[in-house]
Amino acid sequence: MTELVQQLINGLSLGSIYALIALGYTMVYGVLKLINFAHSEVFMMGSYFGFFTAVGLGIEHYESIGQTFPLYYAFVVLIAAMAGAALLGVTIELLAYRPLRNAPRLAPLITAIGVSLFLQNLATLIFTPNPRRYPAIIREVRYELGGVVVTNIKIAILVVAIALMAGLHLLVQKTWTGKAMRALSVNLDAARLMGVNTNRVISSTFAIGSALAAAGGILFGLDQLTIKPTMGVLTGLKAFVAAVLGGIGNIPGAAVGGLLIGVAEQLTAGYLSPDYRDAITFVILIGILLFKPEGLLGVVRPEKV
Amino acid sequence: MKWLLRAAVAAAIVGALWGLSYVLHEHVIEYVVRIAMLCGMNIILAVGLNLINGTTGQFSIGHAGFMAVGAYTTAYVCTQLAPEVAGVLGTGFLPDAVVFNVGLIAGAALAAATGVVVGVPSLRLKGDYLAIVTLGFGEIIRLLLTNAEFLGGATGFSGDNPTGLSPYTNVFWVFLWVVIVIVVIRNVTFSQTGRSLEAISEDEIAAEAMGTPTTRLKVVAFTLSAAAAGIAGGLFAHLQGSVRPDDFKFDRSIDMIVMIIVGGLGSITGAVIGGIFVGVTLELMRDLSEYRLVLYSLLLVIIMLVRPQGVLGKRELSFSRLFPKKAAKPARAAGDEKP
Repeated sequence: MTELVQQLINGLSLGSIYALIALGYTMVYGVLKLINFAHSEVFMMGSYFGFFTAVGLGIEHYESIGQTFPLYYAFVVLIAAMAGAALLGVTIELLAYRPLRNAPRLAPLITAIGVSLFLQNLATLIFTPNPRRYPAIIREVRYELGGVVVTNIKIAILVVAIALMAGLHLLVQKTWTGKAMRALSVNLDAARLMGVNTNRVISSTFAIGSALAAAGGILFGLDQLTIKPTMGVLTGLKAFVAAVLGGIGNIPGAAVGGLLIGVAEQLTAGYLSPDYRDAITFVILIGILLFKPEGLLGVVRPEKV
Repeated sequence: MKWLLRAAVAAAIVGALWGLSYVLHEHVIEYVVRIAMLCGMNIILAVGLNLINGTTGQFSIGHAGFMAVGAYTTAYVCTQLAPEVAGVLGTGFLPDAVVFNVGLIAGAALAAATGVVVGVPSLRLKGDYLAIVTLGFGEIIRLLLTNAEFLGGATGFSGDNPTGLSPYTNVFWVFLWVVIVIVVIRNVTFSQTGRSLEAISEDEIAAEAMGTPTTRLKVVAFTLSAAAAGIAGGLFAHLQGSVRPDDFKFDRSIDMIVMIIVGGLGSITGAVIGGIFVGVTLELMRDLSEYRLVLYSLLLVIIMLVRPQGVLGKRELSFSRLFPKKAAKPARAAGDEKP
């Protein structure tokens, strides 16, 4: 019983990271109907942005004298990485997707794959392929409740993820930009005819999605302790499956899907075999495509010609 | 009469390949012959992938997985079969040919079966699900092979001999299979099925409204292209002497995509050119291997931005187009090559 609770807690914290990344996939898919393969690399770059900001703020000095990193510095790291990733996401959209808005359907998909590979290999060249230990932006404190170990990092991951998702929900439901995003996802041409500056809204979609991925990247570094340039591939794939599981294009769906994938992965690792923790995601993907392709929270929209 | 002519053409091709193989293996340095064989495998991969990614417009980015299935199956079947056949036919060219081709066909068949399993759930739906499913498939198949002890796990499979898998692969077999794959895929592309596949890539909803069984045809195209990748994998295994899960990483799928983008999405001759291009540039860039994927990915993005249909587009190169007869009407030029 305690083991199950332990796995659930670990799964929820991992899942909330997947959820943050999945939101970016689902928002871009909702607006452009494009699988943004470069998103997994934005996540990776965001993690590195956080790493270098923390190093720049002198975290090694704090670690060497055994002091805790000030909490407001941790927030600076988070904000800086999110801003950097937002800029990266907007640039990718501007250079690689916007010129292809009216091209054949496959063209932006191929540039997305190209950009993803480019960033991944650029990162391998610049940051070296070796894994790096992620600095302890938050010092780990362990709590034990009846045999279940909870660290403050796991709690922080959940809190940050929930806060960001709540913020996103408010933004999408209450602001003008959010309303415009929802309008674009229903019908891009009609939204343009109604006077919505679609390019600007698409840019903000990329900015928000990328910023959330960067937050996910920092939390991933805190949770997994090491980062490397290829970490985006599998994590991105799992996050995308989370988006499909929740219903692609559906924002609450991505959050639910992410949590479910995280829990499923932890349970597989704990009760079956750690070797198959990556395979379970794929099994879920095939299952959902076979039995409920619109996802858990998605709605079936008839195709119109 | 027609079948007699075809048989004669086939015999001539086999004879020519036999001669080519003899000349290359006897008189040209090993290194060049190896590149030629790798280019031949690339042509098989590119022409196969082009059927689904180019003609049908459904994007697979995990074809290295099917290549892995083909490579491991061929290697395994050949290892198991060789002693049995040697007991009946002895040693020499004939038993080797039997073992190798049975192995290749088994590899193609299992790759095709895997293609059905992967294709059916993802191709039932409209949209780009195939891309993400094949991406996952490519990773999972490596995971499974790494954990498969009877196939050598992470260190790979190299048969029972200490010298590795038998070196069956030579210029003759590579290019014989190149010809077979090109002929099969060309005939599919220019048949009614091929026209339907093109219709799917143009507008899936309209194609379905016209009564095209879209799901079935997409799965057929995907299965054929998986089988081609399986054959290339089998040839690769017996050229390399061993197969490791790391031979079939995502990079290899990207190489295949570069081949068909360079050649032009939907063009068979373009895929052939792209296959040779990648085979040769990979060798030339051997010293630059760490920059290879950076350059390839930039190439992908730039080609897409400048020419979204690929360098050649859907056009085919043919003799009538390259050397037009004065009297020939221009309308005859397109896609009017002899089988």
